[in-house]
Amino acid sequence: MRSWLRQHRQALGAALRRLSRPAGLASALVIGIALSLPAGGYALLESLRGLAGRLTLEPQISLFLAPEAKRTDAEALGARLKADRRLASVRFVPREQALRELASEHGLSEVIAALGRNPLPDAFVVSGKENRTVEALVADLGRLPGVAQVQSDTLWARRLASLAAIGEVGLWLLATLLGAALVAVTFNTIRLQILTQRDEIEVSKLIGATDAFIRRPFYYLGLLQGLAGGLVALGIVGAALAVLNREVRVLAESYGSSFIFSFPARDDAAAVVLLAGLLGWLGAQLSVSRHLRQIEPR
Amino acid sequence: MVSFSAVAKRYPGGKEALREVSFTLDSGELAFLTGRSGAGKSTLLKLIPAIERPSAGSVIVNGQNVGALKRSAIPYLRRNLGLVFQDQKLLYDRSVFDNVMLPLAFSGHGPREAARRVRAALDKVGLLERERSNPIQLSGGEQQRLAIARAVVNRPALLVADEPTANLDAESAARILDIFVAFNQVGVTVLIATHDQRLVERYGKRVLRLDQGRIA
Repeated sequence: MRSWLRQHRQALGAALRRLSRPAGLASALVIGIALSLPAGGYALLESLRGLAGRLTLEPQISLFLAPEAKRTDAEALGARLKADRRLASVRFVPREQALRELASEHGLSEVIAALGRNPLPDAFVVSGKENRTVEALVADLGRLPGVAQVQSDTLWARRLASLAAIGEVGLWLLATLLGAALVAVTFNTIRLQILTQRDEIEVSKLIGATDAFIRRPFYYLGLLQGLAGGLVALGIVGAALAVLNREVRVLAESYGSSFIFSFPARDDAAAVVLLAGLLGWLGAQLSVSRHLRQIEPR
Repeated sequence: MVSFSAVAKRYPGGKEALREVSFTLDSGELAFLTGRSGAGKSTLLKLIPAIERPSAGSVIVNGQNVGALKRSAIPYLRRNLGLVFQDQKLLYDRSVFDNVMLPLAFSGHGPREAARRVRAALDKVGLLERERSNPIQLSGGEQQRLAIARAVVNRPALLVADEPTANLDAESAARILDIFVAFNQVGVTVLIATHDQRLVERYGKRVLRLDQGRIA
């Protein structure tokens, strides 16, 4: 057991020494640059999603009752809406309140006073639970008894949501592609490393090294190279966001917002590094099983 | 210790390197394997650590049928053998000390015990003062002695050497052979392939003569 641990420690040490050489660092850099694209895209998308969330992406729907409708009709409708499971929230806006808000918020008090009567109907402001089915929901709500008109300004929200969805799919494609690139890069570095150590591998086999013993340092090298690449990617994303945010902050402030692109959350960042390490290990595994058998003592 | 019975080895392409080779090497014995180049000496030696497999017949080493050994079992066979090659197969990216250390990396000895064994092996071949050198700085004879130190550091029961005195002057060659004889005197079984007939005669040990793939 102790000697097994010692062998692992030695293999890890050998892999660290190889990684710290220029060739190893260059590979980690290549992996890092490749990974920074999907990782950075993910950070941007997550930040934008947060922004959209603050703008209440789930669209509000306004139901207007007929002006002559009685308060009892409104109460009956309210009870029905509250029982509807597709709705996330239901708020009743009595016509008197609507008038007061109109008068105070929009400075129309003189015009309203001139009218002499309240032209506004009672209304409900509701929001659906799901963005996608909002059109069907609007159509259904329009058929409810007592509802004179339904208004929902969902188009922009839906467009934003589909843009985000397209961005997400694009990001997954990019991540898959560059993940494959990471495996390929590792495959090749390990192949070169095996060729460089050809003599050592041959001698080791002659003096009784097991395959596991010979493979171990290469697995560690692939893993460490992937992990280092993941860290490089996070560094690139952090630096790029810092540069980007200097300009974004100016733009956001002009809209009265304090929005900036934020660095991926700790769990997401850790997942990037771990995944990179895993893919590096996979590349090493493929390369070792392909190339090590070709080196047999003669 | 080593037993060949009716061993044949054909290489792909039809070249027949060994034919009907049978002999037994007892434990504690020292024997020379002689013959002209191309007589099959190297092929015969390569069958012992399963670098090559016999095409027919059986090769028994330490009670194990080497020809039928599974790939995964070969490393454990080789750990009990000391192999010395004509081209030494030293690693020039590390010191003399680290070259001898190599077989101990997977033998399970602690670092202190391993270092002690490396120095003991280097001492036996007279290279203790050179442990910090790079093998490239050593003379041909010294490089061959380094290869012997690496072969014996695991204290194998059987030592197999392929032309260990090739390309060496008479004095260096004699020193190499003296080292093998010394190991044999403490109980190690030794098999040495050489084409140097005069050297062989000087020791008066058992001689296996290979001629065109057969024991003559």
